Amino acid sequence: MSFQETASAVLDEDTQDAINIDRSKGDFKFPERNKFDAGWGLSSKTVDYICDVKQDPDWVREFRHKALAVFESKPMPTNWATKDLENIHFDKIRYYLSDGEKPKRTWDEVPPEVLETFERLGIPEQERGFLAGVEAQYDSEAAYSNVKEELSKQGVIFVTSAEGLKEHEEIFRPYFGKVIPTGDNKFSALNSAVFSGGSFIYIPKGVKLKQPLQAYFRINSESFGQFERTLIIADEGAEITYMEGCTAPKFETTTLHSAVVELVALKGAKIQYITVQNWSSNVFNLVTKRGLAMEDAEVRWIDCNIGSRLTMKYPGVVMKGKGARGEVISIALANDNQHQDTGAKMIHAADNTTSNVVSKSISVGKGRSTYRGQVFIPKHLKGCKNNTECDALLINSKSRTDTYPAITVKGNRHATQHEASVSQVSEEMLFYMQQRGLDEGQAMSLAVNGFINDLVREFPMEYSVELKRLIDLEMEGSVG
Amino acid sequence: MTSALPEWLETRQQAAKQRYEETPKPKRGDEQWRFANIKQLNFENLSGEAGEVDQADLIKRSTGLDQTVAKFVFLNDEVISAESSVPEGVICLPLAEAFTKHPELVEKHFMQRETLLGSAKYAALHEASVKNGLFVHVPEKIEVEGTIEVHHWVSGGVTTFPHTLVVTEKSSKVRVMDIFRSVDEQTAGLAIAFNDLCAGQNSSLDYIALQGLNEVSRIISINETSTHRDARAKGFILNTGAAWARNESLSRLEGPGAHSDMLSVSLPDHEQEYDQRTHQHHVSEGAYSDLLYKNTLYGHSKTVFSGLILVDEKAHHTDAYQTCRNLMMTDDCEANSMPGLEINADQVKCSHGSTSSQISDEEIFYLQARGIKSDQARQLIARGFSVDVVQRLECEQVESLILRFADEKFARAASV
Repeated sequence: MSFQETASAVLDEDTQDAINIDRSKGDFKFPERNKFDAGWGLSSKTVDYICDVKQDPDWVREFRHKALAVFESKPMPTNWATKDLENIHFDKIRYYLSDGEKPKRTWDEVPPEVLETFERLGIPEQERGFLAGVEAQYDSEAAYSNVKEELSKQGVIFVTSAEGLKEHEEIFRPYFGKVIPTGDNKFSALNSAVFSGGSFIYIPKGVKLKQPLQAYFRINSESFGQFERTLIIADEGAEITYMEGCTAPKFETTTLHSAVVELVALKGAKIQYITVQNWSSNVFNLVTKRGLAMEDAEVRWIDCNIGSRLTMKYPGVVMKGKGARGEVISIALANDNQHQDTGAKMIHAADNTTSNVVSKSISVGKGRSTYRGQVFIPKHLKGCKNNTECDALLINSKSRTDTYPAITVKGNRHATQHEASVSQVSEEMLFYMQQRGLDEGQAMSLAVNGFINDLVREFPMEYSVELKRLIDLEMEGSVG
Repeated sequence: MTSALPEWLETRQQAAKQRYEETPKPKRGDEQWRFANIKQLNFENLSGEAGEVDQADLIKRSTGLDQTVAKFVFLNDEVISAESSVPEGVICLPLAEAFTKHPELVEKHFMQRETLLGSAKYAALHEASVKNGLFVHVPEKIEVEGTIEVHHWVSGGVTTFPHTLVVTEKSSKVRVMDIFRSVDEQTAGLAIAFNDLCAGQNSSLDYIALQGLNEVSRIISINETSTHRDARAKGFILNTGAAWARNESLSRLEGPGAHSDMLSVSLPDHEQEYDQRTHQHHVSEGAYSDLLYKNTLYGHSKTVFSGLILVDEKAHHTDAYQTCRNLMMTDDCEANSMPGLEINADQVKCSHGSTSSQISDEEIFYLQARGIKSDQARQLIARGFSVDVVQRLECEQVESLILRFADEKFARAASV
């Protein structure tokens, strides 16, 4: 986007209107028409109910019950995390809601209000435009799931997790819960107990997807918890880009979203996982994401967090094979009453593995952004490298930012570097732009877009335009 | 001595004793003890017996700077030698004496802040048990030239509680150096040291701690520095000794123009563990703080650095920097770094950086090409790496003493 375009985008009244419509884009809902409702609160009965409705195999039922026990035994991580977690009342959440329909292969079969939901969010349009496959989840279950025919012919599997564990058990089961064990943290245990929806993807050896696969997660119901579970396996030499988006209407009560995403990149494979998170500001977004990279494989997390009340998300890569590479690119925007607690976890477990973390956060108004990182390089390895950069931009005097990295290096055959900076848009910079005819708001918006510009470029075109618009939108009225 | 303690101190010591007993011991999972070796907090294995010491000989061994403005030698918190030629008006006394001679002044500054970096329990134990140390008070506009040197010897399997309280009033200046050592090399002792530094308006306060205890002893040293308007405080820690050392340094910047330098050089070897936690707390706007910690790790040693720059809501126009660098000399050493930032203000310039790496082969080759053996080359580079921090003290005499301590350690590390 050029200078002129940005300037006019903010100036132009029509654009302003467009943005104002855009603001409520995700903020609508339809009456609930759930055939299956696990009711309020969480107990072993809830787990059994979910198993019965989903007709889970016995091993899954056992897995869920074990996970529930782990969830109940684990304390809230408030010894290091925000006390806001205490405002989640697990007994005031509904853990499973669905209309009992199977995911449809064509949009025509999708129930009208669900179709309208995704139409309004632009999903079918995007699918026609540039996607290789789409899964659209509505509350607990996918309403639509389809992948282009030629890909299925090549052996690409793109189905819901429920279908994955039943129809493709031989590929699914060996990796399920292996990258992120149930007991990894309280919320991964919660997900393991009540997971529903999410994708299972398998890309066969040497297949390189030219277009991304996309999942869209939509919450429609109030006081609901969405617990999707995604497992992506890229076989040797395969390549895949996966994108996920999410929205929910704004409710007065809290909504919980707690996903688990496991990626497995076998020898020489590449997985790129892109998230644009724009939950409404009543959503607690507590997500565990981790990738396993075998020899010469690459896992990249490209993560953008704009929405939610509290996001806690630290995508990780375990570099298990020689020469594996992990990367996290993260953009976070924290507005009033939002806390974006994001970061990265890089575990080096083989020689000559390299990892890179670039994180940029912007705190606006009373927003708070936090970076938490972990880098671990054990001593029996050699030639491991990590680079971490975190930059934070503070817009207003009440804005807040924190950085808490932890780096462990053992032995003398590695190199790590970590750098962080905090700054704000300087008076001089704003003055300079105002002299050239921009008003203060436009100048601020331009400066912010400049700050994240190099990272926005990492997102696919369609997303990066959207992202810049979202950021313009969020920045509106932040000056003065 | 105890019979003459002022009432306020007795009351506080009783309260502290209770606090010590009520405060739970740090445990695994406590964020402030992350990566720490909690087992080091089991102090039961100390013999409790003070060793036999030839005091005259110990005084002779208490070498430091060639010239000092005052010099004190403590053995297990008892004064065994005291010389002082401080300018008139300056108070420079063993704390035990200061408690009775200047009770109000001591009370005003003695351990006024809560210990925030994890060792609150041990700060309480220190407060409950402290008997001696040094009290320095420099009145307005008096500049003490030179250095006040204090030797703290630990003898036998005892716990000592050395305390250093330094107060500089408006536009004054002083430098104080503590040297911690063990009388012998084989007895495990413990020091729970505390230093309170209060730099008044426009004053200059330098504090240097050289920790060279034997490699079976342990030390917890807690530092609290307050820097007021336009004042300049420098804190420096050298760690060469001890099996385990925990340094907690908290610097509060309480006035605009305040400037705080936090410096440290650590040279762990064998199984030594150095665990350093720092806070740069910007309470006031327009203050400056800069932290530089460098570790050179030999043997199976381990370091933990956890630093936080904390900028309060109103502390706009803060400049705060934090750098921790680890030079890994062997394949068995371990460095943990947790450089942190918490920023609640606007118009702030903050950065932190942390690196861990080894000496590159090119650097060694460069020196070898000039006829320097690879062992020497490594030592030379490691020394240069540390000198960089030491030079920030800007006092040649002090710098060369610190390097003398460091060189002894380098020589020992290289000889294995």
